[in-house]
Amino acid sequence: MSTSLTTPQQDPDLNTPLGGVSLTAGQLPRGAAPTTLVAAGLAGLLLWFLADWDIVPCALLAAAAYVVIIYTWSRAVEGPRKATDRFVTAAVSGAFLLALLPLVSVIFTVVSRGVVRFDSEFFTYSMVGVTSEGGGIYHAMMGTLIITGLATLISVPIGMLTAIYLVEYGRGKLAKAITFFVDVMTGIPSIVAGLFAYALFVMMFGPGVRMGMAGAVALSVLMIPTVVRSTEEMLKLVPNELREASYALAVPKWRTILKVVLPTALAGIATGVTLAIARVIGETAPLLVTAGLTDGDNFDPFDGRMTTLSVFSYYEYQSPGLFAEASFDRAWGAALVLIIIVMVLNLVARAISKLFAPKTR
Amino acid sequence: MASTTEAPPRKNRVPRRPGDRIFAGVSTGSGVLILVALAGVAVFLVTEAWPALTAPAEDIPGGQGLVFYIWPLLFGTLISAVLALVIAVPLAVAIALFITYYAPRSIAKALGYIIDLLAAVPSIIFGLWGMNVLAPVTVDPASWASEYLGWIPFFAGPPSSTGRTMLVAIIVLAVMVLPIITAVVREAFMQTPQLHEEAALAIGATRWEMIRMAALPFGRSSIIGASMLGLGRALGETMAVAMVLSASAGGITFNLISSDNPPTIAANIALQFPEATGVGIHTLIASGLVLFAITLAVNMIARAVINRRKDFDGAN
Repeated sequence: MSTSLTTPQQDPDLNTPLGGVSLTAGQLPRGAAPTTLVAAGLAGLLLWFLADWDIVPCALLAAAAYVVIIYTWSRAVEGPRKATDRFVTAAVSGAFLLALLPLVSVIFTVVSRGVVRFDSEFFTYSMVGVTSEGGGIYHAMMGTLIITGLATLISVPIGMLTAIYLVEYGRGKLAKAITFFVDVMTGIPSIVAGLFAYALFVMMFGPGVRMGMAGAVALSVLMIPTVVRSTEEMLKLVPNELREASYALAVPKWRTILKVVLPTALAGIATGVTLAIARVIGETAPLLVTAGLTDGDNFDPFDGRMTTLSVFSYYEYQSPGLFAEASFDRAWGAALVLIIIVMVLNLVARAISKLFAPKTR
Repeated sequence: MASTTEAPPRKNRVPRRPGDRIFAGVSTGSGVLILVALAGVAVFLVTEAWPALTAPAEDIPGGQGLVFYIWPLLFGTLISAVLALVIAVPLAVAIALFITYYAPRSIAKALGYIIDLLAAVPSIIFGLWGMNVLAPVTVDPASWASEYLGWIPFFAGPPSSTGRTMLVAIIVLAVMVLPIITAVVREAFMQTPQLHEEAALAIGATRWEMIRMAALPFGRSSIIGASMLGLGRALGETMAVAMVLSASAGGITFNLISSDNPPTIAANIALQFPEATGVGIHTLIASGLVLFAITLAVNMIARAVINRRKDFDGAN
């Protein structure tokens, strides 16, 4: 019988301290941090309600109180290393919350001030003959669509072909140079892109030129590097086995790229292009110097000034005229339309990459 | 295909079909086109700026010559961008750390997405927001600062009554470059070798010690490169600064809270260009050329720093 060899079963006694030291000694009690946080928050609220302080100093004071209390408490009980850890945790979380503040504030302001002018007139009228209230952004919306559309037509072929060159053909110095300068190009200030397009069109059409096409060229300068980057990333993700299988069937390289590589990466490329459009559709500065501003409808990108949403919003705010409130309302309305377009484009991009992602197996 | 049958019997050569040649040519051509376009940016800016470079000093706006016209603008550009970076970089690193190491896994992805959204907000909206919301908020703290912290040159005062000061421009710039820096730094933190992190935790490091031992050294060059990228953005940011800052030309001052501010190059172009004529346009383009050169240099350094880390990835 082997059972007799084993010592009698005994449950280990977890409650009695081993050698007089509890397992949880040298630690703050469970829930110490949240409790302190809530206490500090309540104290801050009390100051806000009873002492009638501003909310900002109250919040700062509560946060500082939490940090000081948790640090000293932890230092006394747990030692300096854990105390530093708790301090950094509080600081990092605080920094994150601090950074969320402007985002919340921006969205709240734009929505609350922008919805004032969300009526049918705003979306169907232009600004011809409008001097006081009323008027709309139809011409600006069309201008934005035309200029951004043209910029997309220019940038997507160039950007995609460059990415194909870099991934499928590019070797040696030329490829390295292109990669490097595409990276550098992402950092070109938008106003410089605008000046470039202006200078280019001055050479073709004479000084003082303003036209939608120049705006499209300026936006392309900003858009091409983004398209190249995202397309390149996506093409690199296409498994080499697919290319080799295609070559093994004696398919020429260009047909392999067109029929095998590109369809596999298409969802990712579409996502990248959508994000690139979202990035340039809100640009103001390059359009200010190239496309200018006009009150009426102008749907011909080669003929004269063309209004876009961002430039419209800027001018309505910068030079409001006699009926300032009406102008400001239009400016905020246009800003809200712009931010909605950008958010929708971002969501569309996510949806494309989710829905149309290639099945890897 | 006739070309394949007539090809000499070299087994290792893949036959070059006309389609291949055209396709390779077109894609190489568009790559070269990008280089040409970048060179074109420089060339066109120089040609359009040339009349201002050669014009007599009295013709330049301000009447004292090109250098005296651009210098205050350059000063304003540099001080706003650098101070914006001083605010943004620690915050960005903290946000990246929070999302990577502190936030619960389930919401970390959503938080990253929110930060990306912040990057997509057009600059004109930050301009409107800075002018209407942030500027009035800073009036009271600014007057307090000038009263009690006036010995610091930044807060010398007298405080502006509208709040449209350099300080607000700096804060808006910091908010705008924050997401870009965060994105690059977060990428680096996510690539920190998990073995390093686990090894640090296994020898009893606290979370902060793990970050200091494993994540920060690994991400250091990324943080530097991301800061340079952010600097490039802040230097070139136009509309937000143009709308927020009530600029007065010629004021070279470190005073951040008075109404006497040096404008920035980009904002000055946006404000003056629509009404400029003749030499004025050429002068503005010359200032744009200066901005282009500076951002180009900053971006090249940034990319070189970030790329250098890639080369050493294998060593880790």
